[in-house]
Order: sequence, then C-alpha cells, then structure tokens
Amino acid sequence: MEKTLDLKFNYTDKKDTRSGFGDGLLEIGRKNPNVVGLCADLIGSLKMGAFQKEFPERFFQTGIAEANMMGIAAGLSISGKIPFTGTFANFSTGRVYDQIRQSIAYSEKNVKICASHAGLTLGEDGATHQILEDLGMMKMLPNMTVINPCDYNQTKAATMAIAEHEGPVYLRFGRPVWPIFTPADQKFEIGKAWKMIDGKDVTIFATGHLVWEAVIAEAMLREEGISAEVINIHTIKPLDEEAILESVAKTGCAVSAEEHQYNGGLGDSIAQTLIRNNPAPLEYVGVDDSFGESGTPTQLLEKYGLNADNIVKAAKKALARK
Amino acid sequence: MEKKSTEQLQEVASQVRRDILRMVHQVQSGHPGASLGCTEFFTALYFDQMKHDNSFKMEGKNEDLFFLSNGHISPVWYSVLSRSGYFPVSELSTFRKLNSRLQGHPATEEHLPGVRIASGSLGQGLSVAIGAAQAKKIDGDDQLVYVLMGDGEQEEGQIWEAAMYAAHWKVDNLIATIDLNRQQIDGPTEKIMNLIDLRAKYESFGWTVIDTENGNDMKSVVEGLEKAKSLTGQGKPVLNLLHTEMGFGVDFMVGTHKWHGIAPNDEQLADALAQLPETLGDY
Repeated sequence: MEKTLDLKFNYTDKKDTRSGFGDGLLEIGRKNPNVVGLCADLIGSLKMGAFQKEFPERFFQTGIAEANMMGIAAGLSISGKIPFTGTFANFSTGRVYDQIRQSIAYSEKNVKICASHAGLTLGEDGATHQILEDLGMMKMLPNMTVINPCDYNQTKAATMAIAEHEGPVYLRFGRPVWPIFTPADQKFEIGKAWKMIDGKDVTIFATGHLVWEAVIAEAMLREEGISAEVINIHTIKPLDEEAILESVAKTGCAVSAEEHQYNGGLGDSIAQTLIRNNPAPLEYVGVDDSFGESGTPTQLLEKYGLNADNIVKAAKKALARK
Repeated sequence: MEKKSTEQLQEVASQVRRDILRMVHQVQSGHPGASLGCTEFFTALYFDQMKHDNSFKMEGKNEDLFFLSNGHISPVWYSVLSRSGYFPVSELSTFRKLNSRLQGHPATEEHLPGVRIASGSLGQGLSVAIGAAQAKKIDGDDQLVYVLMGDGEQEEGQIWEAAMYAAHWKVDNLIATIDLNRQQIDGPTEKIMNLIDLRAKYESFGWTVIDTENGNDMKSVVEGLEKAKSLTGQGKPVLNLLHTEMGFGVDFMVGTHKWHGIAPNDEQLADALAQLPETLGDY
C-alpha cells in the first residue's frame, strides 16, 4: 500500500534500531573515553560486539544477572564513567525496577539504560518478552529521562546524545528491520519534539516504530482531504509540552501512537498536558490493557491495532469529536 | 590523619555509641541494634584504616571508598562521618527529621558529604562497590573499596549475582564485610533463613574469606581489616566475616534482635548513656 502513496518521507534502506544503538555506542566510545559498556549475555542481540572488541578494557559482560548489572553500572558511574547497560527492555525495567529506582534514579547516577526488543515488534518470542509497560514504569521515576527513537539514524543520534547528557536515561529501541527515513546527520535534541509534517486538521503524536506508521497515515489522510500534522515525540520525558500545545491549538484534536499500553505511555503524558492546558479530543493508538503473543511484527501491529490504518481511524474519530 | 591508638579508637567508639542512642531516641525511630554492633568497625575504618578525604568529592579518586549496603544502620555511619569531619556534628540532631540531609536511610539527593549512593533496599551495595572498584582499576587508582552488608541481607539474590561477578572479574581491590550478628527483623537468621556456612559459600564462589572473631573488640577489628588489606591484589575479592553482637555496649540491648528497629525511651536512654563515657562531647 505504501508504494502507491505520496509519502512526505521516503526510505531507501531498512535497518534495525538496535543497530543504530550499537553503531552509536561505538562512535561515541571512540570520542569519549569515559563511556563504558555492560551487557547481560546479549551482546549479539544488542549489537554491542564492535564496542566490546575495540574497547575490551571498558566492557563488562555480567552474565544473566541484570540486577547486578544495574548496581555495577551505578558503581562505575561514581568515578565519572558513563555506563551503557544493554539487555532486552523487559529485563532493563520491570526485572530491575528497584535497583534502578534506588541505585540509579534516586541516587542521580549517570547511567544509560539501553533497552532493545521493546514492544510487540519483538515478534515470535511472544508476550514474555514483549514489554508494553516500560515507558510508564520509567517515566514515573523522578530524575529519569525517557527516549524512544523511531529509526536507525535517530537511534544512533540519540545514543550519542545521551552520553553528553548528565543524568540517568532510559533509551528504548527494537528488534525488527525498519525503514530509515530520518537524516543520517541529524542533531538529536533531548526533550525537543520534531515536527516532521505540517498540518491543520489533526495532530499525530508518534514515538518509536510508530512514527513510520504515522508518516504513512498522513499520506492516507491527505488522499481523503484531511490535513494531518505529524510530530515525532522521541523524548517521552521530559515531554515537549510547548510543541504539543502549540500544535493542538492549531489543529484542535490529536492522536497518540506508540508501541505500548494505553496505561502510562505517551498517550497518557499528552492527555495530562492537554487536560491541564487545553482540553481537546485525543485518541490513543496503543495496546488496550493486554499482553502480546507470538507472530510477525506486521501481524502483531495489525492484530493489536498499532498500524497506519488504525492511526487513520483514530484521526477520523478525533476529528469527529472536535 | 594521625594514627590513633586502640585506646583512642575506643574513646571515639564510646562517643559514637552515645550519638547513635541520642539520635534514635530524639526522633523515636531508627535502628540502634546493628548500629551499636558495628561501632568498632566503622570507627576503625574511618579513624584508622581508610585513606579518605573529608572535603568529599563524589568521584573519590585516589582515596579508599566505603559503601553501606544495609542502609538502615545509618546512625552509626552518620555519627562516624560527622566525627571525622564530613559535616558538622551538630547536624546529627536533624536525623530523620523533615528537611534534613540525614535521611532515615542514606541518600545522595540531599548531597550529604560522605554518601555516594542511596541504600536501604537490601542487596544492592555489593554490586555498587564492585562497579566502583572496577572503575578504580580502569583509572589505575590503587586505593581500595570497602562495603558493609548485613547477614540477613545475604538472603537477597542479587548478592550472589555480585559474588559470582566479582570473582569472575578478579575484583581484588575490594574488601566486603558481613556484619555477622546472626539476627534479622523477625528473629535469629538460623530460624528465619539459615545461612549455614557463609565462609564455605563465598569460598566456593571464588573469594578469599577471613573471620574477625570478635567484631566488638577494637584490636581484633583493626587486625582483621589489616589482614583483609594484606590479601587484596591477589586476584580474588576479599570477604571479612565480622562476628558482632547487636546492641553491643549497652547491657540491656546486647545480643537480641529486639532492638533492631526500636528506640529507647527516656529512662532507657539515661540507663544506656550511663554505661558509655562522653569522650568527645555530645552534639
């Protein structure tokens, strides 16, 4: 379907966002000698092998022991090191929430918690590994910055940017190959939303893999004479409230799109912003209080209502409520 | 810091015990039992064994670092930190009160000099200390990292993740101490969750283990720490099993878990203080 659409952003290549993390880590590791890596037996999955090979003295294999990994990272940060921990998103959050809460967030430690295989697009491994609650858990922690980039290039840029940012960060990315549609030379500004497409009827706030679905949805809506604004919310916390309010002041209604539960995700953050400042219709595209299951990423996004078709439906619903 | 004699260290310890009791008494909350049991250890560490800088820099480069994993025994740590010049002794009167830097469990958000990480939720301090020790290795910093844990705390799974890791990575610039008082909140460790043989457990994990048989005798504590220090740098992490008695120094508090987390009343405080000479001046 997307080939026949007049997309405002196009792609020539597809790559996984986790490779953006691995490549970004290697590049920032070369620039900043304080960057250290840790991984809990998933070096291949997290694409941390190149960093490990080039900087063996700055890389720590922790084995399958994520709680310990978070503590080791906190300890390393005390001397001024910038630890990047790598494991799957569910093992990076729920499994070690108390360790992150006490030893990293409350203690204001400069640890970068880098989480791959987030969301439904993990695919066939199924619900045990498809965490859909991580953004909520992490954004609730005081001092924590939460970032969910949309493609390879943005993930690489984000990985390098967080090394220069003082304070704990949760960086979420994924497993599947995905269109690369943002520039390779982009500057990643933490906390700054990126308006990708101008529109006047409805705003689509999207994060992570669903930014691409939002780009497709915009073209689909345009064919029906609906002008959608697309805003890439790569930083869930701190949220760029100004950009959100400015856009909704113009369009009058919005859709949020994320690979996460309704509860506690980007949609909830936007809803809080709108309700306090400019109550306007908002429709959620996300997972409605359920666990995932095995399947291909495309099948899962369709079954759980997280693709461009669903963004289009949600946009029309929001428009009708204006 | 000038080297102190055993007698001088004992004088400091007596004052530290007075501080602990008065702090816990004035807010009627806190954990006196294991604080009193670890008084010799903290005093020996800060007034004799560690190379440390009370002007306090978070990074702690080229100095020994100490981490408290069982954060509930904060009274003894706060007393020793203030008595060694990290912050004014008068600040001890703010313990556990609103707007204080002396939180019930140690915290860094309040920027209290001497504290490098929050603790209280058990099982996390060993990992943190190992990370700090590895950072020293990366930096070519020869100083040591110390960590204190509780014995009940050994029931936490993360401890064993960390124990495995430290041996695997040959973290031999680390001295971990376990306060072996054989008590935890609900009763004796033997009844709550039998630790059986911690020496054998840690040895089988690849650690060098020593016992400090009398953790409430200043001379033994100093000797134990000296011995532990002599065993560093040999490819293995070092564990010091510090045999103590909860509530040591106060006759009606000693050797029971009853005083784990309760405060003495006015009468009990007077009784306890009468057993402990005021040596450096009460705060």
